[in-house]
Parts: sequence; C-alpha cells; structure tokens
Amino acid sequence: MLVKKRLLILGAGLVVTTLALSGCAGAGAKSQSVTLTLATVNNPQMKDMEQLKGTFEKENPGIKVNFVQMEEGDLRAAVTADVASGAGQYDVVTVGAYEVPQWGAQGWLKDLTSTLKNDKSYDVGDILPPVRDALSVDGKQYAVPFYGESSILMYNKEMFANAGLTISDHPTWQEVAADAKILNTADHAGICLRGKPGWGDLFAPLTTVVQTFGGAWYDSKWKAQVNSPAFVEGVNFYVDLLKTAGEKDPVSNSFTECLNQLSAGKVAMWYDASVAASILEDPKTSKVAGKMGYVHAPVYKTKESGWLWSWNLAVPKTSKNADAAEKFVKWATSKDYQQLVGKTLGWTRVPPGARTSTYSIPEYKEAAKAFAPITLDVMNSVNPKQPGLKPQPWVGIQYVTIPEFQDVGNQVAQLVADAIAGRTTVKEALDKGQVIAQAAGDKQK
Amino acid sequence: MTTTIEVPTATQVHRATQAGIAHKKKARASRALVLPALVFSVILTQVPFLVTIYFSLLNWNQLRPSEIKFAWFKNYAVVFTGPDFLPSLFATVVITGSSVILSLLLGLFFAVLLDRKFVGRGLARTLMITPFLVMPAAAALIWKWSLLDVNVGMVNWALHLVGLSAIAWNTDLPVVTIIMMLTWQYTPFMMLILLAGLQSQSREVLEAASVDGAGPWRTFQWMTLPHLRQYIEIATLLGSIMLLQAFDPIAIMTKGTGGTKTLSYLLYERAFIGLDVGQAAAFGVVTVAVTIGVATIALRTLFKVFINGGER
Repeated sequence: MLVKKRLLILGAGLVVTTLALSGCAGAGAKSQSVTLTLATVNNPQMKDMEQLKGTFEKENPGIKVNFVQMEEGDLRAAVTADVASGAGQYDVVTVGAYEVPQWGAQGWLKDLTSTLKNDKSYDVGDILPPVRDALSVDGKQYAVPFYGESSILMYNKEMFANAGLTISDHPTWQEVAADAKILNTADHAGICLRGKPGWGDLFAPLTTVVQTFGGAWYDSKWKAQVNSPAFVEGVNFYVDLLKTAGEKDPVSNSFTECLNQLSAGKVAMWYDASVAASILEDPKTSKVAGKMGYVHAPVYKTKESGWLWSWNLAVPKTSKNADAAEKFVKWATSKDYQQLVGKTLGWTRVPPGARTSTYSIPEYKEAAKAFAPITLDVMNSVNPKQPGLKPQPWVGIQYVTIPEFQDVGNQVAQLVADAIAGRTTVKEALDKGQVIAQAAGDKQK
Repeated sequence: MTTTIEVPTATQVHRATQAGIAHKKKARASRALVLPALVFSVILTQVPFLVTIYFSLLNWNQLRPSEIKFAWFKNYAVVFTGPDFLPSLFATVVITGSSVILSLLLGLFFAVLLDRKFVGRGLARTLMITPFLVMPAAAALIWKWSLLDVNVGMVNWALHLVGLSAIAWNTDLPVVTIIMMLTWQYTPFMMLILLAGLQSQSREVLEAASVDGAGPWRTFQWMTLPHLRQYIEIATLLGSIMLLQAFDPIAIMTKGTGGTKTLSYLLYERAFIGLDVGQAAAFGVVTVAVTIGVATIALRTLFKVFINGGER
C-alpha cells in the first residue's frame, strides 16, 4: 500500500516536471526559431516523412517540424475543433480528398494556388490533373497531394491460365462476372469485393459500380437517386456477384481482409485500391508475388470506372507560421523529396499517384514495373468532375463532398449489407436508403 | 423499551431535547463533511448532463459550424419519429437480455463445477476468469480473426471436422455472433459472483439435507438456488448495466448491421459519423431516461430483496 502511494506521488511529480520542462523547451525554441506542428494520419508513408524531416530542417535552419500522429477519426476531430475555434495549434494538416473541398469552401484552409504557381521549381503542372481537380474549388487549390490512388482489377494469372481464361486490359463487369463464376471453386473464391458496411469500405467500390451502371447518389439538383433503376441495377449486380462467386462472409471484409486472402492465394480476382499492388508484389508477405496481373477497373456504360483518392497536405487558415508551413508543404511534395525517399528508404516507398514525373524516374519504373504504368494510366483517365453518365453538382468519384455523406453512406451500406445476407432485398434496402439520402440532399439546396 | 407506559418527567424531556440538539449538531457536522464530495460529484455528473440537454436542443453539425442555432425539440422529434430509435432499442434488449441470461446460466454451471474440490482448482479458476480480463477490443479482434474467420477460423474448422459447412458468422448471423462473444466475455463475471455465493453456503445445511435423504438435484433446487437468489439478482443487475454499454464487438465485427445496432453504437454513429452533436445529445438524453427507468425498477426489486432477504 505504502509503496503504491509513494509510486503514485513519484509518478505525479514526474508528470508535473515533464510538463514544466516541455513548456520551457517550447517557449525557448519559439523565441529563436519557428516550430511547425504537423497533424497527420499514422499511415506508413507519413511515418517515412517524419523519418526524413531532418533533411528539411537542415536545409531550412530555424524551422523545426513536430509530428503529431493520430488515427483518422481523431485527426478529423482535432483539426475541426482547432480550426473552428481558431486556436491555431496546427500549422500543417493531412486531409483526405473527401474533406479538402469542404474545408476549403468553409474557409478553413489557406488558398495555395498562387504560392504553388509562382514557384517555378515546384512545377505545379506536374501534379496529376484529376487529383488537382479533386482538391480545388472554383479554381482555387486548397491542398497538395502527398500520395494518391485509384482502383484497379487485380487477378491471379496462374488461376486464369489453369482455367484457360484470358482478360482484356479494359474488361467489362459482365466479363468479370462470367470469369468469376468459372474461377469460383471450393479452394478459392472467384472475386473478393468489400462488404464491410461503411462509406469508405463497401461504398467505395460499390459507388464506382453504380456509376458505371449509369446511377448516381444525387442528380444535378440534389435530388437523391438511390432507388432509381440504374442505382438498383448496379447494387443488384454487385450483391449477386458476391453471392454467386464472391468470398465467403463478405460483411467481415474490407481492404485488409481481401488483401490477406489474395496474398494467401485464396481468391482469383480483386477489385480494390491500386496501392494494394505494391503489397501483393512484396515476396516477403505475399505468396502470389509475380503471379498477379493488373487491368483497368471493370466498366459497363462508362469508359473508365476507377475511383480517386489522395492524402494531402494543407495549411489551416489559423496557422501562425503560414510561410514556414507552406515551405514545408512544398518540400514534402516536391520532386526532390521523391528522390530523397527513393535513395534513402528504397524506390518502392516513393509516394505514388501524385506527380506525373514520378513515373519517369528510371529506378522507380524498374522497382514498380508490375503496377506503375497502369496506376499512372488509370489515374490520368478518371474524371472526378463527372464520373458517371450524368453531370453532378460536386467533384469526386466514390464519395459526395457534403458533410452528411459519410453518415448517409454508412447507413445505406448497413442496409445493403442486410441485402447481401439475404435478410432483405436490394430494392427494399435502397428504398429506405433513398429517404436517408434525400434528407441530406435537402440540406444542400 | 419497557412494556409499561411511563409518563415522561420534566428532566427526561429536557434530556431528550438536549440529546436532540446534540444529534442535530452531529448531523450538521456530518453533512458538512459530506458536502464537498457531494458538490464535487454533482459538478462531475450533473453539469455535463445539463450541458448535454442544452446541446440536444441545438441544431449543430460539426462540419457546418456557421449554422449552429437553437432548434427547440427538433432533435427529439427526429429521435421519436425517425426510423432509428425503436429498432435500436429492440436490438439492445435482445442482445443485452440474451447475453445476460446465457452468461448467467453458463456462469452458474461453471461456478457449481469450480465449487468442488479437485487438483488444480486454482489454475482452472484463473483460466476461467481470463476472458473477462482481456480488453474488449482485443477480444473482439481475436474472435473476428482467430475464431470466426470463414477460411482460417477455429470455430469453422471445428464445424468442418464434424462434417458441417463453414458459417459466414458476421454476414448471416450477426446478432448470434455478438451474443456469443458477449456471453463468452461475461460468463466469468457471473461465475465469480455466483461462486462467492456458493462458497458462503453453510456446509452443515447441505450435510443435514443429505442426511435427510435429499439427492444432489433436490439439494441444489431447494437449498442452494434459494440461497443464491440474492447473488443471481446482483449479478443480473451489474451484468445488465455493463452489457448495455457493449460497443467494441459491434464496432469491430458487425458495424451495426442485421439488428446489432444497439443504443450505444447508434449514439456513437450519430456523434462521430453523423457528426451531429445535437442529435447525438438527444439520443443520449433519451437513452439515459430509458436506462434510469429500467434501473429504477430493477434496483427497487433488488433492494426489496436485500431488505426482506432473511424472510424469504
């Protein structure tokens, strides 16, 4: 008991001292130089950035960069609270493509258009045009991509050869479904598709399927289209494909789960993020390295159907060190940074999908030859302004850039999961979803 | 107290009033001593609740900070007229109720087994308690990946051994999955309370019963179960309170599909996915009201049991 008490007191004392000391350190550093606070998601690419920040600090004496890593949900809460209250705690934040246009329009992020354009060596034109479109509102660019991805169809070449099947570079969903049924055996599933309810899980691939079937979440006047014939047809197709040739227990599965099954050789095809290719090609973790083929996202009525996602760096308007923050943002997304990553950490770790020039670096081309050309090709051909057949009042492919969308997407995904399990029909689920989506649509008018 | 009635004399009355004053003084002193703790707990528990009630009257979405305004009872209208509340209440009752009953039955079974003397009893008891000591999130991940996974999970492997086909637990049987996992986790808790009850039972009574010719089942039914009644009731109450807050397995395994969207998960969804502070607060207030209602009835019966416990 006594020992415990002493320990407690000691612990409390330590905490107080540490707090006091860190307070002093902060104050001391500020009086001489600038310390940037960067709030970021804890993805591997961001951890690489933290590892390399010393180079930036050496090149820019007087600027120190402090990384605060968080889970995605915590990051959103922390940054919104900070920006909305004007506290100015963070100088650089990582923001997903879904939120950049919303936060930009709210006036929470600094407009970076002129800074980027005026810096000739930065070469803003080198950034992939669809990604730039997704990060801009009314011609103003609010963030720069750190890395980006699209979605592709990955397939096991060995299983295709054994079944005597071939696949084209631009397959249709009907062809894929037919192949999947043939390839579906007791040993391995025909195709892995996300079924875990969530706007970023199930509905990332499903929205692209709906779009290529001619459907959309909203029409140009924010009228919900969730139970329109095209939307229903798309979802029905997806659910049927899962039931007839998909992996078992789809509601448990999202990116990670499908990746595991693919790497273990338990599935023949997988439609998901292009980033997966770099992991599947790593012989240390994947049994199928070197056996995989990659083609464009399957289509039906549109020409392309890949999605578009990027993690981006932005400067909150409340930052008190905006100049230094912009300097860091430009450094971390520059061509030099990519060379730095390649030379110090390895060429497969270069952040993909942000700059066209990445794909002409000879070392990167060699290291990522299995999937680099198709990634660049797909990312350049998707159109976030109009991914479906009809014009839409927002920019973005597998999401709608309104605050209510993650809620709408989640709830409708839960309903669709019930349809996947056969507890309800797709039409019934989407009729309920229509009401939820319309309530959110009404708020946009 | 004597049996004859005495008329109090003046001195006795005086003494009584003096005693009364002394008593009052003492009471005042004790109240003063309790007051800081009381004020502290009021501030800690009631002020946030009042703030929640205030929030529940606002129109407030975190991503539209410019549109925060007073909305009276609009959020409550959404709670009661919207499609979310009743199914969620139903899911909560089904999941909490079944898990409490199942873990209570299993807990009783294991408690009776562990009440016997055998070699390695201490080790067996420790092993039995383990599920309750594992963090809920970690336990949910173990269930998802090691036990229920459709390709490599142990449960489906066992089913395969006896010739049954694998079950897609999260897709086809989400409610059963959650109840299974919660029962697994709370059985040790029930077992501990009931084991304490069993061990407090007097051996002499049991011996007397067996001398009188009662078999083990009749002894259990007529001696042990009535003795355990209080323990069963407190285990049910505490178990229900804890299971009402169950969140991790739902967030990790089923994501609220197929009748697993309990009130606690719904609340999380409104606040952190809907980012709608007003609506989440309204759901919270209603949930608290419902819980208080249920708990009051349960507590009242329970206290009745404690008060009359000896008589029954």
